[in-house]
Amino acid sequence: MKYVLIPLLPFAAFLIIGLCGHWIRERAHWIAVTAVFGSLLLSVSAFIDVAQGEPITMTLYSWISSGTFKVDIGFYIDRLTVAMLLLVTIVSGLVHIYTIGYMHGESGYPRFFAYIALFTFSMLMLVMADNFLQLYVFWEAVGLCSYLLIGHWYDRKSANDAATKAFVVNRVGDFGFGLGVMLIFAIFGTLQYQEVFAGAASQAALTLNVGGHWQVGVLTMICLLLFAGAVGKSAQFPLHVWLPDAMEGPTPISALIHAATMVTAGVFMVARLAPLYNLSPAAMDVVAVTGGFTAIFAATIAITQNDIKRVVAYSTVSQLGYMMMACGLGVYTAGMYHLLTHGAFKALLFLGCGSVIIALHHEQDIRRMGGLKDKLPITYWTFVIGSIALAGIPLTSGFFSKDEILIGAWTAGTLGKTLAVVGLMTAFLTAFYSARLVFVAFWGPSRVDPKHAQHIHEPSPTMTVPLMILAALAIITGYVGIPEFLASVLPGPSGPAETHHGSPEAMAIMVIASLAGIGGIAAAYMIYVGSPGLSKRLAAQWPSAYGLSLNKWYMDELYDAWIVKPTTEAADILWRGVDVAVIDAAVNGVARVVTFWSGMLRLLQSGQVQHYALAMALGAVAILGVYVLF
Amino acid sequence: MVPLSYYMVLSAIVFLTGFVGVLIRRNIIILLLSIELMLNATNINFVAFSHYLNDVSGQVFVFFTLTVAAAEVAVGLAIIIALYRGKATVNVEDLNLMKW
Repeated sequence: MKYVLIPLLPFAAFLIIGLCGHWIRERAHWIAVTAVFGSLLLSVSAFIDVAQGEPITMTLYSWISSGTFKVDIGFYIDRLTVAMLLLVTIVSGLVHIYTIGYMHGESGYPRFFAYIALFTFSMLMLVMADNFLQLYVFWEAVGLCSYLLIGHWYDRKSANDAATKAFVVNRVGDFGFGLGVMLIFAIFGTLQYQEVFAGAASQAALTLNVGGHWQVGVLTMICLLLFAGAVGKSAQFPLHVWLPDAMEGPTPISALIHAATMVTAGVFMVARLAPLYNLSPAAMDVVAVTGGFTAIFAATIAITQNDIKRVVAYSTVSQLGYMMMACGLGVYTAGMYHLLTHGAFKALLFLGCGSVIIALHHEQDIRRMGGLKDKLPITYWTFVIGSIALAGIPLTSGFFSKDEILIGAWTAGTLGKTLAVVGLMTAFLTAFYSARLVFVAFWGPSRVDPKHAQHIHEPSPTMTVPLMILAALAIITGYVGIPEFLASVLPGPSGPAETHHGSPEAMAIMVIASLAGIGGIAAAYMIYVGSPGLSKRLAAQWPSAYGLSLNKWYMDELYDAWIVKPTTEAADILWRGVDVAVIDAAVNGVARVVTFWSGMLRLLQSGQVQHYALAMALGAVAILGVYVLF
Repeated sequence: MVPLSYYMVLSAIVFLTGFVGVLIRRNIIILLLSIELMLNATNINFVAFSHYLNDVSGQVFVFFTLTVAAAEVAVGLAIIIALYRGKATVNVEDLNLMKW
């Protein structure tokens, strides 16, 4: 039963800090950090148990029991779950420690720790869920925490807008997710993973009539609806727009929620539901193409952004696309492998960004950085390790996981080959923007605002130690045999995942991927270090391409013109035409009639005693008259 | 022997005098006096009918009425004095706070 404590410890921390934050104040981190490290130790224990034996299933209590609709709160802990448990607790623990330094002296310090503990709880419950409803509820709960934490500085309009945008965009995807859960219950009559997986094959032939014309396989429908949720949560095209804006939140949040854990929930969900997706080739193709397109799409944006956090944010979108592509092509192990290595090096990159931002007094524009490499040596070296891992330079974890995806993709049919090429192009762009970030922000002459330039120094050890640990993890995770560990629980459509590392094709892909990574870095070196000013000349030479990338393919403008504006205009018409003209008018009209008549009637009450006496007398006369006459 | 109808007419005249007084006079003390007139008009009726019907209970009733009327006047005058202290007027037209 000790596994119950894995999510409950952070939840207890949330309750204590949330309720007593007023008195705890700057001591809040002791409670949160203790709780998360307790969870981490228990996760390690769960890891040892699961690695040696069978998956752990446990039912805590019966949550809903209404007719045939029965839902329990329960845990299903297999190898996939423990991998996620370790990722969540390790990154969360390090981010907690980092936050002590980062948020020191900021407003809402205990509130921040309360929410981050609540997030850790929700995320742990999400990955440990053994049924779809629990998954869905905590899927929403992590979204809520994301909303609360993006809007941590709620007195800034930009933070509020970003939080609202994240919430609303996620609603679009989660609507599909909710429908998917309902459809699962309608078809299978249960929401337990294992029962649904067991019954899935027998429902594979069942079709639904959509729109009166198309017969769609019911499993395809379920998978696509659930995938809609993943598109929102994991920031896949076309619902990726919220993630870059979410960078308004404090940087530790960007590292924990918007890089390492919550945004990977979509990928985790697809991998978790691999038995369902495997039965629906059409849905898998959609997943793969969406992922592949997102990967290269976001990479083309990342190469021209100037906000240090936005570059990393678009790179996250791109890498999430990579993972999604791998899952869609049936190489779930590779997708999960990349998810785990990415969790380490992307959290590292974000925390490195945070360190730079703090050192420069909240400067985020890389054009006003430069020359930081000597002043922030720890941040610089850890950032470099994160960047080369992201770029997929050989011997880093990112190299191994990316390679795993590309080889897996290459062996997965025609679509896989196409997407492998897309992946290689993305790898080149990834290396390019990662290197650009390092060269522009850390190398070259200092372009820092002179009034801050003297004060630049490394942040406190609470911030640098997590950086160093994550830097170590960004290398180590490539060597601990994650794909072999996961292979048994994540079978592809054609049986257990196979590895093709020995084949000449695989060797060729490995070499090409390495060359793409090194080529990207070389290109960035040429442009940003070799001949300063070349980047401006290139931008001037292809203004339309540059503008397209700089303005994020005008996605925000498109949404604004096609969705936001029509919606607000329709709302405006309904407001003025229906709400004001009909409903308000009816209510106000009734009130006005009553007011008018009461205004008339109240004149009877003159306050003059003699008026009342006269009225009384006339009444008495009238009554007497009636009595006498009739 | 004076016929009953004479008493009835007298009573009616006194009652109407009091009633008109209540309606048209402005001095609140006069109003109180007018109310006493109306009360006593009914007393005349009581006594007249008591004599006419040979039943003393009508006369007994008058004693009660007088007692209550005395108490009523005492309370009424006290209220008027309190009012006068507050408003410095005995004109009923100025005592019109109890409205809308």
